[in-house]
Amino acid sequence: MNFPHLPRRSHHMPHTTSGCASVACSRRSLLGGFAAASTAASTVAFSLPPLSARAAASRGAERPRSLITLWMAGGPSQLETWDPHPGGLIGGPTKAIATSVPDLQIAAGLPLMAERMDRVSLIRSLVSKEGDHERGTYFVKTGYRPDPTVQHPAIGAVLPYQLDGEAIAAGLQMPLYVSIGNGQWPGRGGYLGEKFDAFRVPSPGRGVDNLRADVEATRNARRLAGLELLSGTFRQGREGHPAATRHTETVHDALSLMASEHLAAFEIEDEPKEVLARYGDSDFGRGCLVARRLVEVGVRSVEVTLGNFDSHAANFSIHDRLVGMLDPAMAALLDDLRERDLEASTMVLCIGEFGRTPWINPLDGRDHWPSGFSAVLAGGGMPAGRVIGHTDPEGGDKPTDPIPVQDLYATILSRFGIDPAVELMTPVGRPLAISDGKPIGKLMS
Amino acid sequence: MARSTTLTLLLITLGVGWAVSRSVLPARQASVAATSRSQRPLDGGREADSPAAVETSALQAAVDRLDAAFAETWMNEGLEPATEADDLTILRRLSLALHATIPSLEEIRQFEAEPAEGRLDRWVQVMLTDRRFAESFAERMTRAFVGTQGEPFLVFRRDRFKAWWADQLAANRPYDDVVREVIASQGLWTGRPATNFITHSVTDGTPSPEKLAGRTVRAVLGQRIDCAECHDHPFADWKQSDFRGLAAHFGQVRLSPFGVEDDPARVFLADIGPRGQKRGVQAEVPFGEAWLPDSGTSRDRLAAWSTDPRNRRFARATVNRMWALLFGRPLSAGAPWYADVDDLPDPQEPTSDEARSPLDVLADEFVASGYDLHHLLRVIAASRPFQLSSAVASAVSEENAGGSGSVEGTSSAQGGPAEADFQPLLDHWAVFPVERLRVDQVVGSMLQASSVRTIDLNSALMTRFLRFVRENDFFREYGDPGDDELLARSGTVPQALVRMNGKLVRETTEPNPFNATSRVGLASLDDEQLVEHCFLLCLSRRPTPAEQAYFSTAWDEEPPAGAPDDSDAGSEPKPRLSAAQRAQDLCWTLINAPEFSWNH
Repeated sequence: MNFPHLPRRSHHMPHTTSGCASVACSRRSLLGGFAAASTAASTVAFSLPPLSARAAASRGAERPRSLITLWMAGGPSQLETWDPHPGGLIGGPTKAIATSVPDLQIAAGLPLMAERMDRVSLIRSLVSKEGDHERGTYFVKTGYRPDPTVQHPAIGAVLPYQLDGEAIAAGLQMPLYVSIGNGQWPGRGGYLGEKFDAFRVPSPGRGVDNLRADVEATRNARRLAGLELLSGTFRQGREGHPAATRHTETVHDALSLMASEHLAAFEIEDEPKEVLARYGDSDFGRGCLVARRLVEVGVRSVEVTLGNFDSHAANFSIHDRLVGMLDPAMAALLDDLRERDLEASTMVLCIGEFGRTPWINPLDGRDHWPSGFSAVLAGGGMPAGRVIGHTDPEGGDKPTDPIPVQDLYATILSRFGIDPAVELMTPVGRPLAISDGKPIGKLMS
Repeated sequence: MARSTTLTLLLITLGVGWAVSRSVLPARQASVAATSRSQRPLDGGREADSPAAVETSALQAAVDRLDAAFAETWMNEGLEPATEADDLTILRRLSLALHATIPSLEEIRQFEAEPAEGRLDRWVQVMLTDRRFAESFAERMTRAFVGTQGEPFLVFRRDRFKAWWADQLAANRPYDDVVREVIASQGLWTGRPATNFITHSVTDGTPSPEKLAGRTVRAVLGQRIDCAECHDHPFADWKQSDFRGLAAHFGQVRLSPFGVEDDPARVFLADIGPRGQKRGVQAEVPFGEAWLPDSGTSRDRLAAWSTDPRNRRFARATVNRMWALLFGRPLSAGAPWYADVDDLPDPQEPTSDEARSPLDVLADEFVASGYDLHHLLRVIAASRPFQLSSAVASAVSEENAGGSGSVEGTSSAQGGPAEADFQPLLDHWAVFPVERLRVDQVVGSMLQASSVRTIDLNSALMTRFLRFVRENDFFREYGDPGDDELLARSGTVPQALVRMNGKLVRETTEPNPFNATSRVGLASLDDEQLVEHCFLLCLSRRPTPAEQAYFSTAWDEEPPAGAPDDSDAGSEPKPRLSAAQRAQDLCWTLINAPEFSWNH
C-alpha cells in the first residue's frame, strides 16, 4: 500500500487494549479498533488498507530522497543572513562572522550555522522579477512566474507526483507533501491536482487538527456504515460522473490517515528535552523537528515556514528575532539528519520569496528586492562548501554570477533523478516542462 | 454590557427559533402562514392576459428555442436524455446556484405548499429578489473581474467593488451597462466602486494595462489573451500585437488625488524585448473596428466595443458564465469545445437557425432581452437540461437504491452505463452534471442544515454573527480555490477530515437548543419522522424506502457487524441513544455523504 520505503520505527506504540492513559494512545487504539472491525466486515468499503510489510528501514544514500524547505516568508534580508556587507554604505549595524568555510562570512546572528557552512552550499545571487509577496512566493515555490492561464505545481508537489506513483495508486496513509506553520500560501498541486496540495499543519508539535472522531467508537462505526450505504445510493446511475466517485476515495484516504501508525511523526512529546532545546523554543524549531520526523517515516517533501520577514520598518530588530529562531533550528536539523544517517537522502533548502533592498529606508527598514537574494542548500547529494555569487557591496542591482530561480529548481530536480525538461500535459492542453531552468553547473559536478 | 446583549440575543434566537421550529417541523404541514416569509409574492395570482402572462409566454418561447437546440443535438447524436429530476432536487440546485446554500426545511415546506404548476419559475423569481442572490453572485462577478486578492492596500477596496456589484445585480441593471462602467469609470475607489477594477491592477502606484487587458478579455469576452502577452496564442487567433493593442486602451489611465483618471496625452509603452526595451503602442482592436466609437476616452471606446451587440464574444461569454453558475460547469465544458469558462473558441458567423448551438441560441436571447441577467437565469433554470436527473434512469429504481450494503465494484451490474457510454450524455447535457460544490456552498449548506429556519439577512444577529465566524474558520481549513472556482475539482483529504471531524460539523450537529438536531429530536413523533426530517434538512429530499428502513430500524438498533466491542462494557446493554443523538449521528452521516457536497 502506502510507501514502499516507510521505515518502521520502534517508538510507534503498539495497539494496546488497557492501561493506556495518554490521549495519543487512546486515539490510536480507538481508531485501530475500528480498523480491525471494518476490515473484518468485508462489505464495508471504508475499511483500511493493510500496512505494508515492505516498509523496512533503509538509511544512507540508498534511501529515497526527501526535500525539506525552510520557507522564510515575507522575504528575508540577504544582508542580515547569508550575504552581509558590514561597514559599508548598505550594511547597517549587522556584523559578519567567520565560518567553517575559508573566506566565507555570514551574519553574526547565525553563529551555529557559521560552524556548519562547510556542510552546505550557498547561492547569494538568486534573481527574480517578482517583487510582490504573492507573486514572488508563487515564483520561488514553483519555478514559474504567475500565469493566469495555468496554475503551476510547487516543487514540493512535483516530487511526489514524479516519484510516488506506486504509493499514490495504492492509497495513501500519510500525506506526501506537508506544509508546517502558518504560511499564507502553502505549496499547491496546481495542474497536478488538489491531491498534491500541501497538507497543512498550522501548529507544529501539537498533532494535526481534525484527526479525531468526536463520538465513541460504536457510534462512529455506525456513522460510517450509514455513510457507506448513502455513498452506494448516490453512485447508482452516476457511475459515469468521473469525479464524483472520487469522493469515496478521499474519505477512504482520510480514514487511513486517521488510523495511520505514522501519526506520531506529527507529535514531539516523546522527544528528549535536550533535543527540543537544540531546535529552540519556537514554533519554527518545533516545525523543523516535526519535519525531520516526517521525513523519517517517508514523507517526500515538507515545507516549514518562518515568518514574518517583511521588515519595511525596524528591519534589524525583526531580523535579530527571526534569525535567532532560524539558526538553532536549522543547525539542529542538519545535525540530526547527519546523526541519523539521513543527510545523504534529505535535501534541505532555506529560501524566501525575495531579498531586501540594500539601502535602508527612513523607518530603518528594507523594502522588497528580487535582484539578488540568497538560498542555502544542504544534503540530498548536493555538494557542500560551495559558494555562488554575491550581491554588490555598493548596493547595485547586478549580483555577480546571477542565478535565475528556475535554475535552482532544475538543479534540485536533477538531484532527485528527475529530468527538469520532461513535459507534463496541463489541463489547458499545453505541455509544460517541469522546470524551464538549467541545472547550475557549480552544483552538479 | 456586551455580555448582556449577547444573552438577550441568545434568548431571542432561542425563543423565535423555537416558535418557528414548531410550525415548520411537523411533517407535510399544509401551510406555514404563521411565518413572515410566506408573505413573499410566491403566487402572484397571474391572470391569462396580464402583463405577467405575456412575459411568461416570452420566457417560454425562449426556453423552447433553447430546448429545441438541445433536442436536435440529442437526436443527431442518438442520445436518450436522462429522466426529469423531481422538483425538490431542482429546488436544491436552484438554491445552491442562486443562494449558495441548500434550501431550509422552512423553504421546502413553503415550496411544497405551492401549486405544482409553474412553481419552479415562480420560485426562481422570488429567489432573484432575495439579497442572498445578489450577495453570492456579486462574489462570483468580483472574482471574475478582480480575483480574490485584497491588495493593493489603500487604493483597492474589494469590499466596495463587491457591494456595488450586489446592488447592480439586485436592481437587475442591464449587464452591458454594468460592464461598461467597470471598464471605463473614473473617480475615487471609495466613492465610485467600479473603479476598483482599475486599481486592483496597481503596482508601484501605476495601473497595469497588461493585467487589465487580460482580465477584460477573460471576464468580458470569455477568452484568454494573456498567453499572447509573451507569445502568440498556440490555438486561438490572438497575436502578441493584438494583446498590446488592447492593453493600450488602458494605457492612458492613471491615479491622481481625485481617483482614477484618463490622460489623453499618455502613450502606452509595451515591453518588446527581454532586456526591458519598450515601444509606444497605439490603442487598437484585433477585430470589429466598426464597433469602436470615435469619441470618448480610450477606455470608453474599449467598453463600447466589448459590449457591442455585434461582438458575439460578449454575450457568449456571459451566458457561458451564468450557465456555469447554475450547473457548476460551463456550457463550454461540453462538446465540441471542452473548454474552461474563459477559454471559449472564436465565434463562427451564424449561418442558419438550424445550425445554432445552444450557446449561440442563449447568447442571442440575452442580447434580445437587453442583457437582462434575471431573464437569462430564468431561461437557463427552466431549460430541459436543468430539469434532467444526474442519474441515468435505468439504474435508479427504488428497489436498487440503497438496498444491501454491498455496492463496491458492482457498478456495471447495477445497470448504469459505463463511463464510456456516459460521456456523450455529459458532453451534450443529456444528463445533469455532478460537480463539486464551492466551499461557500458547502459551508452555507452545513450552516443551513443546522437550522430549520432559513438563514438569511432576516436571521437574528446572533445567527448571522455565528455564520460569519464559522465561515471564516471553515474557509481557512477547507481551502478556497480563488479565481479558479469554476474549474472541475475532486476534493481533498483535508476537506474530508474537516467534514468528518471539524469544528463546524461538530458545532452544528451537536444536540443543543440552537441546533436542528435537538429540535428534530423533540418534534419527531417517531423514528420514521426523525429520519425524514434529517433527510430533508441535509439532503433536501425524503429517504428512499430502503434508506428509511435502514436508518429508522437496523442502523439504530444494532451496531454494524464487527463494530468494536468495548470490553469494559461487558454484559451491560447499552442504553438507546436519545432522539437528538440519533438525529446528530444521522445528520453527520448525511453531511458526509457525497450527495451533500456535490451538485447533482
